[in-house]
Amino acid sequence: MSKGVARSTAEPQGLSRWWLRGHSLLVFVFFYAPIVVLFVFSFNDSNAVGNWKGFTLGWYEAFLDNQNVHESIWISVKVCLFSTVIAVVLGTASALALERFRWWGQKAFDAVLYLPIIIPDVTMAVMMLVFFGETAHWFNVIPGVDLTSGLEKLVLSHVAFNISFVSVVVRARLANLDASMEEAAADLYANRWQAFRRVTLPQIMPGVLGGALLAITISLDDVVVSSFVAAVGATPISVYVFGMLRKGVSPLVNSVSVVMLTASISLVLASLVFSRATGSEREERLKT
Amino acid sequence: MHDTTDGPRPAVELQGVVKRFGDRSGTEVTAVDDLDLRIADGEFFSLLGPSGCGKTTTLRMIAGLELPTAGSIRIHGEEMGLRPPNRRPVNTVFQNYALFPHMTVAKNIGFGLEMRKVPTGDRAELIDWAIQLVEMGALAHRKPGQLSGGQQQRVALARALVNRPEVLLLDEPLGALDLKLRQQMQHELKTLQREVGITFVYVTHDQEEAVTMSDRIGVMHDGRLLQVDTPEAIYERPTTRFVADFIGQSNFLEATVASADEVVLANGQRLRLSSDSPSGEAVAVTVRPERLTVHRRGEAPAGLHHLEGRVETVTYLGNAIVYGIGIDWMHLDVRCPATLAVERRDVGDEVTVSFEPRHAAVVTG
Repeated sequence: MSKGVARSTAEPQGLSRWWLRGHSLLVFVFFYAPIVVLFVFSFNDSNAVGNWKGFTLGWYEAFLDNQNVHESIWISVKVCLFSTVIAVVLGTASALALERFRWWGQKAFDAVLYLPIIIPDVTMAVMMLVFFGETAHWFNVIPGVDLTSGLEKLVLSHVAFNISFVSVVVRARLANLDASMEEAAADLYANRWQAFRRVTLPQIMPGVLGGALLAITISLDDVVVSSFVAAVGATPISVYVFGMLRKGVSPLVNSVSVVMLTASISLVLASLVFSRATGSEREERLKT
Repeated sequence: MHDTTDGPRPAVELQGVVKRFGDRSGTEVTAVDDLDLRIADGEFFSLLGPSGCGKTTTLRMIAGLELPTAGSIRIHGEEMGLRPPNRRPVNTVFQNYALFPHMTVAKNIGFGLEMRKVPTGDRAELIDWAIQLVEMGALAHRKPGQLSGGQQQRVALARALVNRPEVLLLDEPLGALDLKLRQQMQHELKTLQREVGITFVYVTHDQEEAVTMSDRIGVMHDGRLLQVDTPEAIYERPTTRFVADFIGQSNFLEATVASADEVVLANGQRLRLSSDSPSGEAVAVTVRPERLTVHRRGEAPAGLHHLEGRVETVTYLGNAIVYGIGIDWMHLDVRCPATLAVERRDVGDEVTVSFEPRHAAVVTG
């Protein structure tokens, strides 16, 4: 991509160039030094977090042995998968509704949809807590639904804030998609579902997957909302780690955090690789 | 509107079609106003007009992409009503082609067949036929992004034609191409239409395109169909000032209708020209620049209409000379072939301009 791009005359020269380089370096240190420290100290052979006593894999063993941690991770994965799938379907549908149709109350819906992105997590968390407290017994009438258990509540509350994020990402993609494409599909005998399935969806797929990745990350990250709605026996890993810190810092936290970090970074890398792949395909198309 | 098309079942028939668009503030815009039109089977019909005249809206209503506010649209006698586009026997070539970028050329062309569940064997055969028809054989496995504008245009055409629609609708399909390619495609489209024998309804704002390709043209302006006729009749006998002005260039002499076969020009001169307008109505006599002849004052042959004037400008165009002639109350353009045999006039010459009565038309509006 950068090949053939001429050197900009605006590129800083002399002293300012070195000053800017130093500045960039500081920014990177600021970003990554804590991660390096966390990573190094997860191998620290000591019960105290602060002193380096030598190398050990003991904390990773402790991590592998800790049944509570496993259960929490399992809860997190389940909540994350269920909530992401639901949020992606609903978020994509709402993006389509907002982008492709005109209806009464659209502006209001548009504004309300983005509320979860703007309002503080704590507010969202309190809302969820009160909502489930007041209405759980109504939902429980439905066979197979038990809103007093934590898992369903976690999934529902994660869906509630993730719809917004998915919708924003998918909508950006849809806005770039020529509406005449769907008209062409209809003109070629496709019904609405076929037109969506065969023409629209493949083209907004990068947006849908991007939204899904975002939803997965946010769901795994969430502490505030989850800690308000989590119940005994359904503690996601983020909430569990936060709880461990309150009981006193053990280097086990470090190893757990490194594992979570690795998972997050893998997700980000995956999304980068994916968007690179689709991006270069688009570039190829533009070239000819 | 006088319509010469006969036959019991026109390919497309529009009756009293109205389309109004409303916006949220409650104001309504009439895009198409009380349109009546019959397009014969196998005809190459063009809807011609400036942008915003309602021609594309009309096409989209035939395709089912817009629903008319009022009126009826029939295709081979069958009422389309509220039928969605996927259940109408027409196909469209879109202005920007609207090819599916994630499918190959062959997949794009086969899309309609696939949706209609044509068996795989027949499908392959039809796709082959369509690809050969537009000479895209070598590029069947490319994706639209890897094709030039002209090639994309051919794919869009094949994608529509492969379904053997009863009517093919084309929305300014050549608009995005450069001049040379456009002229080549005009020729190819016309040949193609004769070959497949499908009724084409072609929307364009380019008068040259419409005149070159069409069997008949409908000129639209402000949502109304002003005149429907053969290209020659539209050019030679326009009925409204807009049509005369939009198709080619023309001179307009302000006049008043005196009787059914006589008009009075602004200087009081009487010309024998028949018109449909009632006496006393303000009209214009229109004559194309190339239908006017310049003579030395008083040497014009008898039996023609004469106007006296003086040469004001002379513009040499290589194959023609355009004289700007001032007559008492206005200015005329006269276009003469620039052969050596024809005597040249100079600025300031006193001349007589003549034209045959059959080359003049009385227009309203």
